[in-house]
Amino acid sequence: MNIIKLFDSFNIEHKSEEEVDVYMSRKEAFRKIGSLAKKMTLASLPLAAFTAMPKMAFASGHEVLDVLKFALTLERLEYDYYQKGLDAGVIMGEDTGLFMAIRDHEMAHVKLLEETINALGGNLDGVASQFDFTAGGAFPSPFENYHLFLALSQAFEDTGVKAYKGQAPNLKDNDTLLTVALQIHSVEARHAARIRRLRNRKGWITEAEGIEGFGGTFKMATNPIYANENNTTHAGLDVLTVTDVEQDAVQEAWDEFLSKETVLEIATPFVAQ
Amino acid sequence: MSKTVNFKVKGSRPQDRLNNPRRSFLKFGGATLATAGLVMSGCKEIYDFLPKQLQPDKVKLGSGDTGILNYAYALEQLEAAFYTLVIATDCGFTDHEYRVMEDLQQHEVAHRDFFKAALGNKAIEDLTFDFSDVNFLDKESVLATAKTFENLGVGAYNGAGKLLESADLLVVAGKIVSVEARHAAVILELMDPDSTFVEFISDGLDWALSPAEVLEAAQPFIINKIDASDLPTA
Repeated sequence: MNIIKLFDSFNIEHKSEEEVDVYMSRKEAFRKIGSLAKKMTLASLPLAAFTAMPKMAFASGHEVLDVLKFALTLERLEYDYYQKGLDAGVIMGEDTGLFMAIRDHEMAHVKLLEETINALGGNLDGVASQFDFTAGGAFPSPFENYHLFLALSQAFEDTGVKAYKGQAPNLKDNDTLLTVALQIHSVEARHAARIRRLRNRKGWITEAEGIEGFGGTFKMATNPIYANENNTTHAGLDVLTVTDVEQDAVQEAWDEFLSKETVLEIATPFVAQ
Repeated sequence: MSKTVNFKVKGSRPQDRLNNPRRSFLKFGGATLATAGLVMSGCKEIYDFLPKQLQPDKVKLGSGDTGILNYAYALEQLEAAFYTLVIATDCGFTDHEYRVMEDLQQHEVAHRDFFKAALGNKAIEDLTFDFSDVNFLDKESVLATAKTFENLGVGAYNGAGKLLESADLLVVAGKIVSVEARHAAVILELMDPDSTFVEFISDGLDWALSPAEVLEAAQPFIINKIDASDLPTA
């Protein structure tokens, strides 16, 4: 048993009362879907889940903070994007409710990550907070063209999904953090699916290259998001060799992950200098 | 009959054709179902009094990562069987909705086949299912069931991540869970185009469920009794 495992098991056996409460309220909430009571319970959950976490003694604290700060950059970028989009009035009337809900999720993710980083003794230094969605003038403003706004939304959400996926192994030694990251990850996937559908695309990824229709620069800039989507081998097993399902559907059925480096390559042009 | 099904079940495998969805549906819709329902209704006394050979064999998921993979395999079998029935039945879907259902069927069959192959001789058997609570002639009933399965799948993978030892398998689970989440979002959108993620609107976090919670919800649809007692719990 390595030292990290040891800490893990320590944490579990000594679950604080608060932690148990959190677990129970969530389980309870699952049973009362749709009730207002549930919404109120959940509203106070994320922060509690973290502050109730035992003071972390994991070996890889520094790496974990790096992962959280990386995630925070993306969440801030997304939140800022949707807030600006809503402020600019670029969003078609009937879709406003959807984007408000997405904006609210991103805001919740930002707060959750900021609180967690602070609670773990880290700081927010160096995490970008100002963004330029023309990427320094490389693209026209997405806040004046709804089609472009949607395309960039899709790019950000699909990137978010793949970024969290790529970081999951780095959070493996802390059950609470890993689970919350997975809970954010699948919410980003739900966002991505809805936004893709607004663009008359399938909810699942069909691309294996950048997004078309907004010029060569935009396509090239979004290419790294989708470049590895034609992979059909997972855990060393090529799915095409064990199923009769057609290749397109097999590709759709697994979302690929992106490395931190690739995600930063995609996101950095949007960070204001 | 198998011709009809083969026409609709794109890319079906030999065992799918043997396990003709329509035939299973009819079988489960009749007397067999009543018996199975009785056994599975959770009525412990009756269960205990049944002669041993009438009790369905327990399906043991196993321990460690193998157990978790079998857990996922069981859920993927459930989803694949459900959508295979859906696309073989006239549920009243529009062409667009039907195409979505075809995609879901293909994805879940691919997931199922992947887990079966990955598990090799550790894989649990082919499960049999009871969809008698679903009205396949009513698309609202079908969509409501799909919503349940997809959300359950998301919660299951999210909750199982921490139970996996292997980082590689964690990545694979991550690659699948986001597709399940995409499915869930699209199903909810088909049910209500104006819906805005009300399940978790206030905290921005998706479900994470323990195997016990998931299996409690899924077991009524599965004839075999799933034994998850050896799964890791932390």
